Amino acid sequence: MSYVLEGDATARPATPPALTQVDPRYRVVAVVAFAITVVALHDFAALLIALFVSAAVLLHGRLPVANTIRQVVTVDMFMIFVILSLPFTTPGETAFTLFGLEASKEGIGDAFRIALKANAIVLMMLVLVGTIGPVRLGHALSRLKVPPMFVHLMLFTVRYIEVLNEEYQRLRTAMRTRGFRPGTNMHTIRTLGYLVGMLLIRAFDRSERVLQAMRCRGFTGAFHLIDESRPAGLREGLFAIGTAAVLAALIYVEVRHGAFVSR
Amino acid sequence: MHIADGALSGPVLIGGAVLAVAGTAVGLRKLDMETMPVTGVLSATFFVASLVHIPVGATSVHLIMNGLAGLVLGWAAFPALAVALLLQAVFFGFGGLTVLGVNTFNIAAPAVLMHYLCRQGVVNANPRVAALWGGISGAGAILATTVLVALSLALSGDQFLPAARLTFLIHIPVMVIEALVSAAAVFLVWRVRPELFDSLTQLKRGAA
Repeated sequence: MSYVLEGDATARPATPPALTQVDPRYRVVAVVAFAITVVALHDFAALLIALFVSAAVLLHGRLPVANTIRQVVTVDMFMIFVILSLPFTTPGETAFTLFGLEASKEGIGDAFRIALKANAIVLMMLVLVGTIGPVRLGHALSRLKVPPMFVHLMLFTVRYIEVLNEEYQRLRTAMRTRGFRPGTNMHTIRTLGYLVGMLLIRAFDRSERVLQAMRCRGFTGAFHLIDESRPAGLREGLFAIGTAAVLAALIYVEVRHGAFVSR
Repeated sequence: MHIADGALSGPVLIGGAVLAVAGTAVGLRKLDMETMPVTGVLSATFFVASLVHIPVGATSVHLIMNGLAGLVLGWAAFPALAVALLLQAVFFGFGGLTVLGVNTFNIAAPAVLMHYLCRQGVVNANPRVAALWGGISGAGAILATTVLVALSLALSGDQFLPAARLTFLIHIPVMVIEALVSAAAVFLVWRVRPELFDSLTQLKRGAA
């Protein structure tokens, strides 16, 4: 069975890799720190190291590699355009000319920088945070002092995405049995609009039953969040040291090597 | 229209994050125990709706429906869309982490704007007028989102200006599709369950 947010449960390795056993809070904080550091980098050596570390973590995490790569390269069309247009719109030394447009060395460099940063961060995030699972992520965020209302809204959303997706699949099946085939025409657009409207109505009706059921059970506006907190063990300690070492190395390379090469 | 990590400048990222946190906080203050389940379930619905693809020639576009989200949820659309973008970033790899604030603001602020502009229109006594306002909210939300995305790029550097301009052109078909789909959805809801557009305000009244 495949789920919207959790992928194929059967595809997961039997013995979970060590990194995905670290307390989720540490993983969230580490990824945020990694992302902020990587975004601020400018030197190519540092960025390549960052991507290399992300790739190593991906292999360690034993995520389905082909699947993950496909996720990573699914950039919106317009982001691809942003990257492709940069060489021609950034002023600087001409590297090559294409159809009378001059591509600058600086622009090509910037385009590669964006691609490296985006990929390094997305990979790290998918492996370290994506493997936490939506519900545990909610609980981890709550213990990181994210406001409870936000966490509750997230948990509700996560809970009902699966339910509503099933509802959506049922409606699609019903449409198929009646011979609906999507195309670029007004009929398709109107039909899919009705589909969205119908989904909203069914969701709305469901939410009323949900609220009544929750009232019955004495819901006061707060979920009981599972407190999995255990004292930070050796694993968390090593993870924190490892994260700090990677970030320190990136900053060191940026400052020493970067100052040397690009200035 | 997710912007990826690495393109935007520091001030734009920080500005976006501050605005997104502020908007989310305002939206959360409008929620209480009574409105939480309906908001969560509708937030999940808009998440699922974004998985719906509409064929456009050889390719396809997925629905965004932030205008409709604004009509139904009002300010609560802000945290609802923030949650959706967080989940998409973390589990699908759409967008990025440092741009989460910017992306949230670019999608959610237009939703709230459309709530104020078109909310009166969709409860009009004539279903065709209501559908028209639904269409306006669909197109308006994408228009505003596109302008904000282009602005985020333009503020990050002059070299992004052509890309920002083209972003706008590329999204004209999306605008048309969102307008038509939203109009159809509003038309159906108006016919079947008109109280849906009052869901949040009504529940509040019921609770008081």
